Amino acid sequence: MKADPTAVASGMHFIDGNEACGEGAIAAGCRFVAGYPITPSTEVVENIARRFPKIGGLFIQMEDEIASSTCVQGAVWAGLKAMTVTSGPGISLMMEHVGLAAITECPTVFVNVQRGGPSTGLPTLPAQQDVMQARWGSHGDYEVIAVAPSSPQECFDHVITCFNLAEKYRCPVFFMMDETVGHMLGKVKIPPADEIEVVERVYTKRPPGEYLPYKIYDGDQPEMVRVGMGHRIHSTGLTHDERGYPDMNAEAQDKMVRRLCSKINDHVDEISIAESDQVEGSDVTIVSYGITSRVVAYAVDLLREQGLKIGRVRLVTLWPFNEKLIKDVAQNTKSIIVAEMNLGQMVHEVERVVAGKVPVHLIGHAGGAMIELQTIMDKIKEVAS
Amino acid sequence: MSDTPVNPVDGLLRMDRMPHIWCGGCGIGTSVNCFARAVAKAEIDHEHLHVVSGIGCTGRVAGYVNVDSFHTTHGRAIPFATGLSLSRPDSKVVVYSGDGDLTAIGGNHFIHAARRNIDMTVICVNNFTYGMTGGQVTPTTPYGAKASTTPYGNYEHTFNLPNLADSCGAQFVARWTVYHVRQLTRSITKALKTKGFSFIEVIAPCPTLYQRRNKLGDGVMTLQYYKDKSTIQNGADTADVGMSFQSDIIVGEFVERESLTFMEGYEKRMKEILGDGFVPYRGAK
Ligand code: SF4
Repeated sequence: MKADPTAVASGMHFIDGNEACGEGAIAAGCRFVAGYPITPSTEVVENIARRFPKIGGLFIQMEDEIASSTCVQGAVWAGLKAMTVTSGPGISLMMEHVGLAAITECPTVFVNVQRGGPSTGLPTLPAQQDVMQARWGSHGDYEVIAVAPSSPQECFDHVITCFNLAEKYRCPVFFMMDETVGHMLGKVKIPPADEIEVVERVYTKRPPGEYLPYKIYDGDQPEMVRVGMGHRIHSTGLTHDERGYPDMNAEAQDKMVRRLCSKINDHVDEISIAESDQVEGSDVTIVSYGITSRVVAYAVDLLREQGLKIGRVRLVTLWPFNEKLIKDVAQNTKSIIVAEMNLGQMVHEVERVVAGKVPVHLIGHAGGAMIELQTIMDKIKEVAS
Repeated sequence: MSDTPVNPVDGLLRMDRMPHIWCGGCGIGTSVNCFARAVAKAEIDHEHLHVVSGIGCTGRVAGYVNVDSFHTTHGRAIPFATGLSLSRPDSKVVVYSGDGDLTAIGGNHFIHAARRNIDMTVICVNNFTYGMTGGQVTPTTPYGAKASTTPYGNYEHTFNLPNLADSCGAQFVARWTVYHVRQLTRSITKALKTKGFSFIEVIAPCPTLYQRRNKLGDGVMTLQYYKDKSTIQNGADTADVGMSFQSDIIVGEFVERESLTFMEGYEKRMKEILGDGFVPYRGAK
């Protein structure tokens, strides 16, 4: 499927990441957004509130983030593509409904324009401190997908990726922006609608009576319905069976939760997006994501000019974690540095996968500013020598 | 088999989920019976009826009604139903939950859905306690009544729910006890036909926890209390319908008004400002 030409703002724009994110959501077919104002994400919904009345979408500013994060799920079951947008304390409040989206397999996009925490923290300053929260923030075992953009262009491109993945894998999908990328102005090319690939929701073709909402007929995803199709479905946040009816025992729990995880973990190759360059034979490979990866790329270029053998890996997809990629890196480099705007989150994943094969170092700080170019260059040189 | 009696509410219940979990004498089942009859009376076709619940004993209603139904998170049925209702303007969305779910953890959502005049019917089974978790105090537990977390009796002020709904702008507000099955059925029918936010409070016994802990007898004795102490006052000022422990109960249809729904207000404003540039939201249609 292609995007709707009457809604997409095709052309060249000079806009910030927040605005680009909204435009990407529109291109992806999102027509329902519920949110609550919070810095530094607010411009996303402000743009949506301006745009939606002209393209047949609906924005509602809810009473809080808890309400926003479940309101959008009501719209999804009605048959819409929907997202909510927030930051910091807001994403903490939404965690309960991340769990609801996971267990009910409701394709929902959560945009998190990250700021420094904990608590009210640094409302106007960037961080990448919610990476582990995205993965583990709601209670229980489940899997999510998380994607991190590094430029306004990618805020447009990859929010579409998020919507497409949500439809394919029926799970909560996080768009892990941050304050810097959200407020960074840049050139954003919005392609003609017929060049934008959009995954439409596929509804079951099975007639009522021959369909169960959580039964696997083909592949490893249940077939989706929306209300009013005559199937009279029941959806619950309780552990449930194929009918969607509560079934609360260890066996049903094990079956359901394992499937919620495997339906994502078995498709890491298809889900994962990453860049990897000159890792083979390098003295040090630096792994980063989101806005930090842009500083890293510049640092790597400068040091390569000085003759250093440096590999570079950028994770666009944070979750599910691409273990194979990092294992390969560990085979082909002498040491690894992870650069991230926190005191060490993704570095733990890297260490786990590398399992001592090569040393793993961290460049991190607690948020509030981008990691300095010089800091990155100094650390690379130190590790490489 | 033509002489086998058919229960008129059968079509609306998921018979494959029976027996239900509710205790003997519990008032929730009676309210569901009235609801099912009201749906039939209002002639709402089942494909266009969606029921959303939160968590708790009443929160299980969504699981027993044979329509597209959603058992969501504690207190959050209303915002979920808001997204659903706005996106299915051709459907009737009903939120069915208890006093703790709707007015404690969900209180914020309750007042804002009423204020926005979202098109939905909220049915609150008020049994003055949290049933599912073992009988704790709620915002409606009367002063002095015992709950597991107020072993010496409740000492907090309580909500007057019809007044709360009224002051937030609800279009239709009624209260009945489960003794008043005919009147309750009639009011739910009206609520289902109301455009915008309608609210029904159903006073109901929880014999297992509230009645027992407060030595108020069983379900039957509670119905006797409802019968003896209720007075019907349609149109009563909702400020005057507050309740206290085993007090008189004012029941009736208190509020009927008509103001723009959220969607009507949105469309009116956008048409005024954007003119032909406005593209109305049609939800999933
Ligand atoms: S605990 Fe109380 S409210 Fe719950 S089912 Fe039993 S009687 Fe009803």
